[in-house]
Amino acid sequence: MQFWIIQTLNSLAFGGLLFLLASGFSLIFGLMRLANLAHGAFFMLGAYLGAAAIRSIPGLDLWSAALLAGFSVAAAGGLLERLVLRRLGSNPLGQVLVTLGISFIIADACLMLWGGDPIPMPAPDYLRRPILFAGIAFPAYRFAVVACAIVAALGLYLLLERTRIGAMIRAGVDDMDMARAIGIPVSKLFTAVFCLGAGIAGAGGVLGGPILSAYPGLDADMLPLALIVVILGGVGSLLGAFVGSFIIGFIYTFGTALLPDLAYVILFLPMIVVIAFRPQGLFGRLRA
Amino acid sequence: MATDALRIDTLEAYYGDSHVLHGVSFALRAGEVLALLGRNGAGKTTCISSIMGLLPPRSGGIALFGKAIAGLPPEAISHAGVGLVPQGRRVFPSLSVLENLTVARQRAATTDRPWTLERIFELFPPMSARRSQLAGTLSGGEQQMLAIGRALMGNPRVLLLDEPSEGLAPLIVAEVGRTIARLKAEGQSIILVEQNSQLAFSLADHVVILNTGRVTFDGRVSEVVGNEALIAQNLGVIGTHHAA
Repeated sequence: MQFWIIQTLNSLAFGGLLFLLASGFSLIFGLMRLANLAHGAFFMLGAYLGAAAIRSIPGLDLWSAALLAGFSVAAAGGLLERLVLRRLGSNPLGQVLVTLGISFIIADACLMLWGGDPIPMPAPDYLRRPILFAGIAFPAYRFAVVACAIVAALGLYLLLERTRIGAMIRAGVDDMDMARAIGIPVSKLFTAVFCLGAGIAGAGGVLGGPILSAYPGLDADMLPLALIVVILGGVGSLLGAFVGSFIIGFIYTFGTALLPDLAYVILFLPMIVVIAFRPQGLFGRLRA
Repeated sequence: MATDALRIDTLEAYYGDSHVLHGVSFALRAGEVLALLGRNGAGKTTCISSIMGLLPPRSGGIALFGKAIAGLPPEAISHAGVGLVPQGRRVFPSLSVLENLTVARQRAATTDRPWTLERIFELFPPMSARRSQLAGTLSGGEQQMLAIGRALMGNPRVLLLDEPSEGLAPLIVAEVGRTIARLKAEGQSIILVEQNSQLAFSLADHVVILNTGRVTFDGRVSEVVGNEALIAQNLGVIGTHHAA
């Protein structure tokens, strides 16, 4: 019984982390048609920056470290988008190669700066003790991660669907030339979306620290999962990223726990089914 | 001489290698309607795209009330005071009617009576009831009204209307015509591209005719109406048989 409850909670927490990673990837891919393969590296860079900040600034708690890392990665993402990716235009092969190359550069820089040993990050003291309920111990930090993912999902939803800025972004996605012709600064908005997506991934890396820690290869472990989430949920769909993250969180956690040899098969099977029968994803829209 | 609302000076424009506009020049006087006519492929929409900055001209000048705008990005040209109602309407289909209007809102720089949501809904009463409907689900006529309303929300000093009657039923075309007449009466400077020359002649003060990318006529509307030879040579027979 304890096994199932703990694995369920692990699945939810991992799903929450996946959402923090995949939501930004999906937004950037859906809005800007940019497959940012450096997104996993943003997640890892966030984790290392957070770990470094906690080590070097006494008294800094995990939440402040996540904010700090989030803003730093957002700024780095913005520079990258403005200075490099913008020049590639809509050349998909160029985008894939350049963003993959950038992810290698980030990964090597992290290795040089912080070494090859995993850097663990402690959860805040008050969340380290398990919650005892009906004789079963629930790890409290897992709940906090799920709560963060839900808050991020709600925030993104409200921003995109309930504000004028969100409507301007959607107008730019519908018809970029027309949006510019009525005075919408589409280019600035897209940079802002890129920063936002990168920042959420960076903060997500820190929030994932107490569960995953920061280690070389974290980027390459996370990026394929984000891709699967987005393909499963539908490109550009926030709801799709949310539902897809938790589905993959469950499949991955239970797959590795129950059938460790087949974990990746179990992971990719649903993706193959979705691609075969619903290529736009569970919640995606078909684009003309 | 008063400054022209919009002055186009020896404009050259290309689509890739294809030379579309050859030294096009004309001027729109403030408060007037200029009808830009010509057959399919004459370069009318290219001209509109060049003014809006969507297709930056290779050379030539475009001045909005004396201020050079050629070569600026479309959002800057919009902020300078050019409003576009494009061919095919191009409302944002996944945005609601209300969102289509609010995303286009800009501060009025020059008018003491700026366009507001209330005034747009007063101009197009059916829009008000559909404000939360997705624009992609509107009928063609409703989308045309929305596209005009969206352009007006930017409080343009010059309004570009590219084939506003295209593909609409006669009753709706008449309504579009009444709307343009009302905007003109309020002093709006307008460039109107039309295939329906009857509609164009009924609204225009000035007529410019393009033929294969060159201006072949530039004069007052009174010089065109009744000039069957000019019309037959430059516009074919479109519109001449629909005289009301």
